Amino acid sequence: MPYFKKLEIPQGEIHIIKDRCKGCSFCVEYCPRDVLEISDEFNKKGYHPPRVKSLERCIGCRLCEMMCPEFAIFVTIKEEKKQKEVNSLESRP
Amino acid sequence: MKKLQFEKSNEKNINVRHPMESILRMDRIPHIWCPGCGIGLAVTAFASALEKTNLDLDKVCVVSGIGCSGRVAGYIKLDSFHTTHGRAIPFATGLKLANPELKVVVFSGDGDLIAIGGNHFIHAARRNIDMVVICVNNFNYAMTGGQVGPTTPLTANASTTPYGNFEHPFNLPYLAESCGAVYVARWTALHVRRLTYSITEALNKKGFSFIEVISPCPTLYARRNRLGDGLDLLRFYLENSVIQHGANTKDLDIGFKGKIVVGKFVDKEKPTFLDMMNEHLSKVLRDKYKKYGE
Amino acid sequence: MKADPKGVLTGIHYLDGDHAIAEGALAGGCRFFAGYPITPSTEAAERFAERIPLVGGIFVQMEDELGSIAAVIGASWAGVKAMTVTSGPGFSLMMENIGLAAMMEVPCVIANVQRGGPSTGLPTLPGQADMMQVRWGSHGDYEIIALSPNSPQECFDLTIEAFNLSEIYRVPVFLMTDECVGHMTEKVVIPPPEKIEIVERRWYKGPKDKYLPYLPDKDLVPPMVKAGDGYRFHTTGLTHDERGYPVINAECQEKNVRRLIDKIRKNADKIIKIEEDQTEDADVIVVAYGITSRVALKAIAEARKAGIKVGMLRLITVWPFPEKRIKELAKKVKAFVVPEINYGQIVLEVERCACGQAESILVPHGGGSVHDPETIFEAIKEAVK
Repeated sequence: MPYFKKLEIPQGEIHIIKDRCKGCSFCVEYCPRDVLEISDEFNKKGYHPPRVKSLERCIGCRLCEMMCPEFAIFVTIKEEKKQKEVNSLESRP
Repeated sequence: MKKLQFEKSNEKNINVRHPMESILRMDRIPHIWCPGCGIGLAVTAFASALEKTNLDLDKVCVVSGIGCSGRVAGYIKLDSFHTTHGRAIPFATGLKLANPELKVVVFSGDGDLIAIGGNHFIHAARRNIDMVVICVNNFNYAMTGGQVGPTTPLTANASTTPYGNFEHPFNLPYLAESCGAVYVARWTALHVRRLTYSITEALNKKGFSFIEVISPCPTLYARRNRLGDGLDLLRFYLENSVIQHGANTKDLDIGFKGKIVVGKFVDKEKPTFLDMMNEHLSKVLRDKYKKYGE
Repeated sequence: MKADPKGVLTGIHYLDGDHAIAEGALAGGCRFFAGYPITPSTEAAERFAERIPLVGGIFVQMEDELGSIAAVIGASWAGVKAMTVTSGPGFSLMMENIGLAAMMEVPCVIANVQRGGPSTGLPTLPGQADMMQVRWGSHGDYEIIALSPNSPQECFDLTIEAFNLSEIYRVPVFLMTDECVGHMTEKVVIPPPEKIEIVERRWYKGPKDKYLPYLPDKDLVPPMVKAGDGYRFHTTGLTHDERGYPVINAECQEKNVRRLIDKIRKNADKIIKIEEDQTEDADVIVVAYGITSRVALKAIAEARKAGIKVGMLRLITVWPFPEKRIKELAKKVKAFVVPEINYGQIVLEVERCACGQAESILVPHGGGSVHDPETIFEAIKEAVK
């Protein structure tokens, strides 16, 4: 439908404060767009912080920011929006 | 004082700070709560809710008691008070009645507010003192090592009920409603956005508002009862919580590994303690009485 | 500064001690009262309930004494002078939060109209058996100030004094009367507001972002702020540093608690008030406080008639205890006679301070009435031997 093809979807910029993370995985679990995964690196406290797996899928919903009990991740919205076909926006199953 | 090393954000944008930093005491972050603990989520929801209201943050006070949830006052950058066990509510009553312009929020745990603080809870609700009480319910006394509490479900294990709990627990929304609270809601730590909305509503409301936040306690309650870690509990809440706004608070008991009914159950209007006092004393004393707080 | 005329009921009144406490508080600027009824202090609460709404304050009867003292501390943080009254059993209930008030350095006044104890004891009869409890009742190390009026007039005057002291030193101040003085009706003269000096807490006036809640001034008392003024301070009952943040280690404990102790001990000379009568030539000194000091007057008069050189040291401030004066007098006199309506509390302090240089003779009384002046007279006669 012509209306939806002009949809502007925000592009999120993810900031992870690695040393604050305590490895609970809430952000990874509850990201609706499968953007994050647990990394293999250790932070100063010995936990595995998340890492951004696919930044282009992030739409800036900020659920990771809200679900983090440690204030260790937050999202800002990039200036350029992405123009995407509606079809390519699959959500997490 | 040793500067904590953990403050750096992602190298890319060092100037960008976490949006909640203005409301947190950043010199005390990272906080003491365990990985997977839901108190951080309750604080996040509270901080977001404060943004959404139009309250003058200089006039918002946070009063906490003793316990894990009682440490919340220490991390919030408002006038915050860490008081004695169970006495957060009367302390908050004193604050509010001495200066009615203050908006007082009591942030504490199930044991602190309902066991030792039970008497103060029911009377503050009865009097309808204008305050918001956020009770983080993790079903045990976590700070002291996981003892049984007034909300521990039947048969659950706790350090002082090593053979399983055989006491009936409280149903907190039922208790709050029967004591006269004007706003009663329950959410789990998973429902951050709905919890934020509820807290916003409660902050904008006059009267005794009570919000119960069901929270995972991975280190103690969950470990003792083999419920997994924080993530497992959040998954459990997703599967087993049911949103029923306006449900009868009588039916909101939580059994061990049972269904959790969440939602907003009570939202009514009732004159507060100060409203009643002013109205009544004006009527009786007429010219001799000047309305208090105006 | 002068008293707020709204709260001062200038004139000559016929009041009982409890009512005088309430009037004294209102004159002293108290605008918040939270209490719980308990004989024999209830009359003070009732007087507050009647009077405080008319002077722009607020009265709330809390659900118990624990709630009362917590509310008083909260109200004080909101910048309002706050008070509660109670008696023995309620006093015991308040102990934990009295520790909180001492630790958070909150100005507040608590009146204990003592009755016979222990436990439920003699609700309607006098006692003076809480004198050690007021000093040591809460756990941990802390210092307080305790005053002991012996008449309704003094109840009025010393309540104002109590508020002033609590504001100056940011410490809970106690008014230790007893049922006899509390229920005794006598003439009370309430002066005009211009003649009443009241003191406000030292308010912090510096920049908001540089505020440290527990950074003391030279007299060891930190300036205070109140909730709602944008200082975003934090305060806790945990051992804390100047920022008000909990620091759980021995160094912080030493700094924090040492200052709480020194705050009173080092300023003791400015706080202590005693009244001496005929002590210059005395061989025996009667050390008394509260109602017993009035009973002792008869015994002293009799003794003087019998040719015994006896004087009286009346403790108006019981805590901090006037150690220096007792030490001085111990060198000059043969003995101290300490009548009190208990089985020996303040006598222990007298004995400690006398350091063996003079004898300390207790004239005990279990409670339930005041001493028979004869017993005090007998003790004085014994002491002179």
